[in-house]
Amino acid sequence: MEYVELLNCMRCGMCLPHCPTYKETFLETASPRGRVALVRKIQDGDLEVNERTLEFLTLCLDCQACATACPCGVNAGELVAEFKCEEKEKGGLSFMEELILRKLVPHPDRLESAMLPLRLYQKTGLQRLVRTLGILKMFPPALERMEGLLPPLPARPLRKSLQEVTPAVGEEKGTVGFFLGCVMSLIFSEASHATVRLLSTLGYKVITPKSQKCCGAPNMLGSDLEGVRRMALFNVELFGSHDLDFIVTDCGGCGAELKKYGRHLPGDKSSAEFSAKVRDISELLALHADELKEKLKPLPRKVTWHDACHIAHCQGIRQQPRALLALIPQLEVSEMNDPDTCCGSGGTYNIAQPEMSDRILKRKVDSILATGADYLVTANPGCLLQLKKALSETTPKVKVVHLTELLSESLVA
Amino acid sequence: MEASFIKELQGIVGKEHLLTDRESLAVYGYDATPELESAPGAVLLPGSGEEMARIMALCYGNGVPLTPRGSGTNLSGGSIAISGGVVMQTSRLNRILEIDQENLTATVEPGVITSTLHKRVEAIGLFYPPDPGSMNISTMGGNVAENAGGLRGLKYGVTADYVMGLKTILPHGELLRSGGKAVKDVAGYNLTQLLISSEGTLGVFSEITVKLVPKPRSKKTMLVHFPEMEQAALTVSAIIAARIIPATLEFLDKVTIRCVEDYAHVGLPLDVDAVLLIEVDGHPAEVEEDAAGIRVICEKHRCSFFQTAATPEEALKLATARRVALSSLARLKPTTILEDATVPRSCIAPMLKFIQETAKKYDLTIGTFGHAGDGNLHPTCLTDERDHEEIRRAHLAFSEIFDKAIQMGGTITGEHGVGIAKKPYLPRLVGEAGLRVMRGIKGGFDPKGLLNPGKIF
Repeated sequence: MEYVELLNCMRCGMCLPHCPTYKETFLETASPRGRVALVRKIQDGDLEVNERTLEFLTLCLDCQACATACPCGVNAGELVAEFKCEEKEKGGLSFMEELILRKLVPHPDRLESAMLPLRLYQKTGLQRLVRTLGILKMFPPALERMEGLLPPLPARPLRKSLQEVTPAVGEEKGTVGFFLGCVMSLIFSEASHATVRLLSTLGYKVITPKSQKCCGAPNMLGSDLEGVRRMALFNVELFGSHDLDFIVTDCGGCGAELKKYGRHLPGDKSSAEFSAKVRDISELLALHADELKEKLKPLPRKVTWHDACHIAHCQGIRQQPRALLALIPQLEVSEMNDPDTCCGSGGTYNIAQPEMSDRILKRKVDSILATGADYLVTANPGCLLQLKKALSETTPKVKVVHLTELLSESLVA
Repeated sequence: MEASFIKELQGIVGKEHLLTDRESLAVYGYDATPELESAPGAVLLPGSGEEMARIMALCYGNGVPLTPRGSGTNLSGGSIAISGGVVMQTSRLNRILEIDQENLTATVEPGVITSTLHKRVEAIGLFYPPDPGSMNISTMGGNVAENAGGLRGLKYGVTADYVMGLKTILPHGELLRSGGKAVKDVAGYNLTQLLISSEGTLGVFSEITVKLVPKPRSKKTMLVHFPEMEQAALTVSAIIAARIIPATLEFLDKVTIRCVEDYAHVGLPLDVDAVLLIEVDGHPAEVEEDAAGIRVICEKHRCSFFQTAATPEEALKLATARRVALSSLARLKPTTILEDATVPRSCIAPMLKFIQETAKKYDLTIGTFGHAGDGNLHPTCLTDERDHEEIRRAHLAFSEIFDKAIQMGGTITGEHGVGIAKKPYLPRLVGEAGLRVMRGIKGGFDPKGLLNPGKIF
């Protein structure tokens, strides 16, 4: 971390009204400005890394709404994340994090088999029994929350069922590499199927390299920069072996991370080239809006769009998804209040900081319900999980879908 | 701070609204003012006016200094607890208590965010004009205490022009009511106006009643480029002299234009020396007529480009350069010193020239933008707090700029307040008599000198 980035914060306070944790608490310690000040004071030796300072810093969702709001270009969320990485490198990973980040996530096979018991658990009806009896109350609360977040899982993860090459429909316009997010593939494989369908319909040959690894975002959440770099090197080489016009993902979190590979591996030319090719699916589809429009049939529904932090704040994408929704005939789009405020998912934040996550989530749910929409549309798996759970509990009539699912549904067969 | 005193404070606000740990207090030592910092001994977030009064009475009785704070966006150090003691943050008192559509007033608690009030009243066709740059986070309490201005000051005035009534808690905890919803009120001294811009040194507001006006029915936004700065400045005076009062009449100088272009690429040509952003509002017919009049005046002053926005989206685009002015400047160097020397608007041209000469004399980068229409300029010095020599020169330059403003019949601060940062310059402006009267007033309200001590004088 460059010290001057901390100095660049002029403490104007413009970030405060955009920070979900400040909005809940009104505490300077829970604000981006306060976090930058804390990190600076630690660097200056005025404060130490202790339970209290870590408590304040880990309350940050890293949603980066502050970065969007900052007049001076300071990214408080990222500064805090980088600071945590540096501290971690000094202190080493804890055992549990080691297991998940270093052993499970880099190997899709292991991650998929780790999910297998969960799939069986759902299929056998054991889930209902467990939920009814409240057996999970005997487990640590974090596990109970994780379990509760899971929607019905697809029979097979997409990585296994999707062919390596999906040909273009009609004349071939170009070739894209499809980066399959872990959670998209494991849980929202239907949305990713829809993504591939849209791409091939628009004339793209879609290559989905089977051996691809996680983007590294979970490692970043665990402040494990080394882990991120390892994933990055592998994926850059793998996708580099194909001749690709774009590298596309339908996961906001992956997109944000993949676009940072060049930064994570400074001086590495191929990483920078890789990052330059990365597009969120909405960016690519929006380029073909006219063509897409002709292929869409009416969907008479009322929807509202949630800007995922990793798409709106981290990648600056706001216009394209809205433009795509506007293409669907008879679709009514009702904007919610503060559509780009975090839903409280924050990767693993909803598990690590359940109380704050719930407070932030409640605000989001209220904004969604106030629109009267019957569909909540977004494009990031973390938000999908978080909002599916919240809405299925309170207002089951509001469906939660990925943008590509909705577009694919509207696509004339 | 003594444990028994802390315990009593806790009894008033509850454990979760009292901060005494070193780590929390460390980030309550600053506001938006560069170079100033002083951590308090405790921070309290009361939840009601009654809790505020009890806190203030307790502190006063124990001889503990108390500094009120809203969102901490003050630019003169006004919310910094320079003498330690207690910081009382009003953010939790954030209810809009009433919007009275018959009397056209709104009554709010001090922690209401300015733009939240804007949205609420505009939704029903009403308008609260004061729009300070920090309106998305500044609190109404802070706005009243500092008499905040903003972009619409030229036509609509500043916060003081809208405050009708106040409930103020005096330093020892007693409630003072002043003003109300009556338009005319001459009973005794005008305490409401005295309390506005008292910078939290006389009392803390627990309720604020402001005047609302009908929302303008239409508006038009124009962007004008000038190859010569002087012509732009003369245009400002000429527009007013032609009896046209725009809602907004904003100015950007050459340094600012360069920074804006480098950062935001809004398409400003580099031979442009000054840019004016003008907005007129009101009845549609009046708006058309004013816009046409402005165009004639700008062309007479040899503008090189004149654009009128056809749609609200276009208006937003035209306003981009002004909107990103501060950001573009602030990105250039780590430390940004934003000042608000203000002159009668007829003196805009010579003042701008003086600022540029002073920047050159002290070898500094100063970009100036601001509310040209009301003479309120923001010379902004871009520096690095680690470069002590440059900081020293910056202070010398500003000292000269303030002297010049006073000499022109202007003031050392148009909207940021004196606080700590402008203290050395106040005697030059108000003289011995001014200081004596102000000290007398302070003594009348706060004989022990415990409320927001160390500010103004």
